Amino acid sequence: MKEFNVVIAGTGGQGVLTLMRIIAEAALRQGYDVKTSELHGLAQRGGPIPCHIRFGEKIYSPLVMEGEAHLIIALEPLEALRNSYYGSKENKTVFLVNNYSIVPLSVFITKEIYPPLDEIIETLRNFSTKVITLNASGTVKESVGSIMPTNIYMLGYAVAKELIPLEKRFVLEGIEEIVPKKFLEDNKKVFELGFTEDKI
Amino acid sequence: MEEEVSKGILSTRKGKRVILLGNEAIVRGALEAGIGFASTYPGTPSSEVGDTFAVIARDAGIYFEYSTNEKVALEVAMGASFSGVRSLVSMKQFGVNVAADSLMPLAYVGPNAGMVIMVADDPGCWSSAQSEQDTRYYSRLGHIPMLEPCDSQECKDFTKFAFKLSEKFKIPVFVRTTTRVSHERGVVKLDDIIYGKTKGFFKKDLKKFNIMPPNTMRLHEEILKKIEDIRKISEKTNINYIANQGVKSNLGIITSGVSFNYVMEGLIDLCIKLPVLKLGLTYPLPEDKIKNFIKRFKSVLVVEELEPILEEEVLMLAKNINPKLRVYGKKTEHLPKSGEYNEELVIAALRRITGRELGINLKIHKKKFKELKIARRFAVLCAGCPHRATFWAAKVAAGKDTVFGGDVGCYVLGMMPPYYTQDFMFSMGASEGVIHGIDKITDQKVIAFIGDSTFFHGGMTGLVNIVYNKSKPLIIVMDNRITGMTGHQPNPGMGRTGMGEKTKEIKIEDIARACGVKHVKVVDPFNVKKMIKTIRKFLNKKEVSVIVAKRECRLLTIRRKLRGDERLHKYEIDQRKCKKCGVCLFYFACPAMYQTEGEFHIDKNLCTGCSVCAQVCPYKAIRKVKK
Repeated sequence: MKEFNVVIAGTGGQGVLTLMRIIAEAALRQGYDVKTSELHGLAQRGGPIPCHIRFGEKIYSPLVMEGEAHLIIALEPLEALRNSYYGSKENKTVFLVNNYSIVPLSVFITKEIYPPLDEIIETLRNFSTKVITLNASGTVKESVGSIMPTNIYMLGYAVAKELIPLEKRFVLEGIEEIVPKKFLEDNKKVFELGFTEDKI
Repeated sequence: MEEEVSKGILSTRKGKRVILLGNEAIVRGALEAGIGFASTYPGTPSSEVGDTFAVIARDAGIYFEYSTNEKVALEVAMGASFSGVRSLVSMKQFGVNVAADSLMPLAYVGPNAGMVIMVADDPGCWSSAQSEQDTRYYSRLGHIPMLEPCDSQECKDFTKFAFKLSEKFKIPVFVRTTTRVSHERGVVKLDDIIYGKTKGFFKKDLKKFNIMPPNTMRLHEEILKKIEDIRKISEKTNINYIANQGVKSNLGIITSGVSFNYVMEGLIDLCIKLPVLKLGLTYPLPEDKIKNFIKRFKSVLVVEELEPILEEEVLMLAKNINPKLRVYGKKTEHLPKSGEYNEELVIAALRRITGRELGINLKIHKKKFKELKIARRFAVLCAGCPHRATFWAAKVAAGKDTVFGGDVGCYVLGMMPPYYTQDFMFSMGASEGVIHGIDKITDQKVIAFIGDSTFFHGGMTGLVNIVYNKSKPLIIVMDNRITGMTGHQPNPGMGRTGMGEKTKEIKIEDIARACGVKHVKVVDPFNVKKMIKTIRKFLNKKEVSVIVAKRECRLLTIRRKLRGDERLHKYEIDQRKCKKCGVCLFYFACPAMYQTEGEFHIDKNLCTGCSVCAQVCPYKAIRKVKK
């Protein structure tokens, strides 16, 4: 495989960085060169947090180019839309979207529009060959009582359905490397839960 | 913070490949070079250099501190180096402006043990509000050699090399990154850690340290000679190398830093091979190497972010060696003169020059996206942030024409709707200086908002000036007990050092009183009534007054409570009492608030239980959720 490009979209506090670091560790263990890009500081205060991961034989740039993402994991629907241009039909981009909306204050204060979910999905189709929506936060909350590890559930789903070319054992090693001990058990539990999701 | 540092950073397995953040790789490079002393003032995108030292210093057996500002951080590192211990100081680009006063004479005098200055620029202003400063000019201004890594591996390698260069030539050396280098994670191959000296001795040497004319002029000549000597290294080192050497072409590319990566990816995607001169040691430049490179081409493309520094040098060098050479870059408008670069921009420039096309039409692709209207997601003050409570009180208490002086920290978000409590913002501590001038020249009431760490950094001299030169602003120090925006570093107000030791807690209210401020009060911003009352009272004083708005950053409170398995109280809106006025959402604007089907609600996943919305609601419709 020459290269595989992932964009993770979400907002501050959704575990975007953690998810990115786990994927990077797994890719390294599987023998790939890997580079990621993230943002810190002002951008983190409730703003959108796009993270890029690229792995393959030899990677130069840490940034995914427009239209060149193979997989876009969106922890929030509006953020999927904001990062949609990283996907394209040419590259057969798959969108994996959590249906849990976090409505930005601009919708209330400057009266901007948060489109309905089905409209978002329709738009995403212009930039991809496949859009999968999951009730990820709902399932995770039901399982462990908190929506926190939604990111890991979605990763479990992506690995199970082979949306990302990483082996399960390496991803599990990545989880062990990155996730703090205290949360490890819950994280592993929802990771496995991702494998039981039937939706394709 | 500990959990955020990559575990491989202290690994002793030589040859092991680990993933490190660019900033972590700089720390690893310093450890492999035998560093004994590190200092910083935090500033994104450089912060994780210091934060990594803070976590590992004890285990690595070295000294680390968060200094009060970048100038002090530079000076303490100078002291260590003068006494024979290798030191590194890290800062963001604006920090160099603060440190410059000591940096210029340091370059003349030179360190003893190796001394490296790590600086991070921020093209695109991802985390720097004030300007898109290009710190490469400082290397020319002060005759300070500069290395520009392009990824994590180079961050480590170049830092090691910088120490060698510094120690050999007795000159401070810059390692300059940009946001995408500092905040890249990439694979780094480890070498052995060297445990360098951590104890030194200051040997008096007035011949070296005498920086008074005529000696200053002698030192100036010496540093110019050092730079010419280092230029010889710049010519020879494989840090400045040609990728795709031997490829026959009329066009070559010259680049440095992260832009190199975009060039290489762009060439791969366009399926062309061109020789690329990749410059890592960019001051002093290898002029002969550049001349040799450009003499065989009809044209070259120079790819560099921010100012056209390389481009101008190439234009000058071409005059003698290849006068007909066409130099494409910013001046020919093939690449933008501001903002961050990426692969897309490099491809656009290469398409114009070579006529090569990409498989996908990016213009049409982007147009499809640009037609979408996507609600903006501003950075916002967190749910439960004490700054929001302070801003609310100030807005209620102050009249329409009251001028709100702003400063650098999370509270800069007060500039955004619906708060509008930062009428301007310039640099660390500038709120006080500017507000003093406004107070002197207008009849308006004035308030300066300044954070605790910012007050220690650059606010104390401004306060002394206000007292001494007799203006009457209200200064509200937003003391959230931490340096918040850069990722929670300790500051002198907290009673804890960067290495986790207990120390004297320096109280801002004590400093204010010691400076001669008569009206000083510490108020908890979560007590909204008291805060409004105090602001009203102090705004009517005929002399300067200081309120210390003291309340811990909410993120820290939450983290502490979660660790102790303590539950956070949650608040809810009683729909029977709610009159749908919208104050809580439209004017108080906590991100935990939302509106659906005409009703206002609090998202319990986001509420942190600060209680301020309940105090702000005019109809007492917000209450604590019963357990």
